[in-house]
Amino acid sequence: MTSLQNPSNAETSTDASEDEASPSPRKGRRRYSLLTGRDRRVLQAMVGIPTFLHVMLIWVPAIATLLLSFTNWNGFRFDTMEFVGLRNYRQLFTVFEKDLYEALLNNTWVLIFLFVIATPLGMLVAYILDKNLRGTAVYQSIFYFPVVLSLAVVGFIWKSVIYSPRQGILNVALGRTGEGEQISWLGDSEQVITLVGDYGLSKNFLAIIVPMIWRHVGYIMVLYLAGLKAVDPSLREAAAIDGSNEWQSFKNVIFPSLKPVNVVILVITVIESLRVFDIIDVLNNPIGTDVLSILVTESILGESSNVGRGSAYGVMLLLLCFTFVIWYLRSTFREDDAAS
Amino acid sequence: MINNRRTQLIAQIFLFFMAALWLLPIFGMVISAFRPYAETSTDPAGFFSWPDTLTLDNFRAAWERGNMPRHWFVTFLVVIPAVILVLFFSSMVAFAVSRYSWKFNIALLMLFTAGNLLPPQSIIQPLFQIYNRIPLPEFAPYSNSGELRGSLIGLILIHVAFQSGFCTFVLSNYMKTLPKELNEAAMVDGASLWRQYWQIVMPLTRPALGALATLEFAWIYNDYFWAVVLVQKGNDLPITSSLRNLSGEFFTDDNLVAAGSLIVVIPTILIYLALRRQFISGLSVGASKG
Repeated sequence: MTSLQNPSNAETSTDASEDEASPSPRKGRRRYSLLTGRDRRVLQAMVGIPTFLHVMLIWVPAIATLLLSFTNWNGFRFDTMEFVGLRNYRQLFTVFEKDLYEALLNNTWVLIFLFVIATPLGMLVAYILDKNLRGTAVYQSIFYFPVVLSLAVVGFIWKSVIYSPRQGILNVALGRTGEGEQISWLGDSEQVITLVGDYGLSKNFLAIIVPMIWRHVGYIMVLYLAGLKAVDPSLREAAAIDGSNEWQSFKNVIFPSLKPVNVVILVITVIESLRVFDIIDVLNNPIGTDVLSILVTESILGESSNVGRGSAYGVMLLLLCFTFVIWYLRSTFREDDAAS
Repeated sequence: MINNRRTQLIAQIFLFFMAALWLLPIFGMVISAFRPYAETSTDPAGFFSWPDTLTLDNFRAAWERGNMPRHWFVTFLVVIPAVILVLFFSSMVAFAVSRYSWKFNIALLMLFTAGNLLPPQSIIQPLFQIYNRIPLPEFAPYSNSGELRGSLIGLILIHVAFQSGFCTFVLSNYMKTLPKELNEAAMVDGASLWRQYWQIVMPLTRPALGALATLEFAWIYNDYFWAVVLVQKGNDLPITSSLRNLSGEFFTDDNLVAAGSLIVVIPTILIYLALRRQFISGLSVGASKG
């Protein structure tokens, strides 16, 4: 499906022609039970060691997050841990509701902006670049470039170049670099959109979302470009013969045939919006920029240590993430099942 | 495919302006890194004013104040073993899953794939406590507190555990496309399972391994979160996370930060320019299915 796989596909196809003689298609993979004792132990080690590490450092903590969220614990000695049932969750929705709702709302904003602006923009660029206009390779490099940067470094770059109150591009363009008239893009508590009461989209958070869009467009572009290259040319020809215009053939023919890529893009965008952390932390977490991941780590990086509450935030993150992961795994592995 | 000249022109103009916009932050970073803060911060045109002085002072200051030689050293101490281990571990699992059928095949693959999709922050609370409680032997290098937390070994381990999810998924998809006759022939010849993995399947997987190595290098190099939470101690932070030392609590010299960012970004740029194809195929292969 991609350039990476082409060489081996070529090999398979030459082999397949010799294989045609054999009457029934056999399963490609060998049975475990056919292995000798020594090979079996080697195989167990090959699977066992990496799996052990992965389970111990990823899945055990994932389950422990759930368990710890029912406790009140400062993280020092085990005998100070006390089981408090749902108290942490009750507190999240009462005492800390401002933090929680702001964070949930902000995670949603990231998702919305990446999905409504960055994703279609990335698709559009990919679609144009797929036409092989002049300079395609250069454009591709330019748009992809931010993707190889860490979001932490992206934060530093935007902070010093775009948002700097004294000399940043934004304030220079607006002529607001003088003392007293500077706009503090990552400072005060101004809101851009107010929904209900204090909830909305803060200017600070919008200033954090924009660099994320900057980075996300290239990501989407690359994924989409690979997908577009794999679209069967006869599909396009058929659409052209039917007399559909550019938009119709994209909407009715090309877009639906890219379903696997669309699924991946959806998952990546959702996960990205749940994971956002680096750029906010780098910019010192200005007012109105809390997200779930920041709330989880607050009690580790900050002064007080409240493992139970931090874990309860972590569980929210896990739940949101899992809803999508399960849907994704089902759509990915169902076809695998059917194939084998 | 675009026959219409006008559409083509519009597309060209659109691309051009978008590219200019996209380059603006990078362009600004380069300019401000070479100019003294005293000059750019007093001019109403910021660093777009005509430069009187171009200087390397910002780089020198970032290099020294950021203690960069030390952080570079630490970075490569973490990134190189981590990338090698990730590829080694995940290729073994991928080999087992894609070449042999046994009961837990798909379950195992799902476990790894899902593990990679978890937000790192959702498991950090318990992980932090675990890391606080696993002692390291005294001879272990770069362990500050004698525990897994604060040590470079701990940082390498979490990278390997976390990234092996993605790599296992990609590599098993790739290995599935290799002809099955290879293993059969090898088995008839009496090659052991390890030899089939190491001498037959691995060499054929080289394109995928190359693409993943590039991608993983960038990802682990770019890591901020694991290092900030699990290492914490200033001196042993890898370079990306050490950048936060450059911005002061109350006053930030933007040009210094720009110079520091530029230094940190250079290896990624070089690798990207040299191995662009690997980068892109690595990313898109994760999106497709074998």
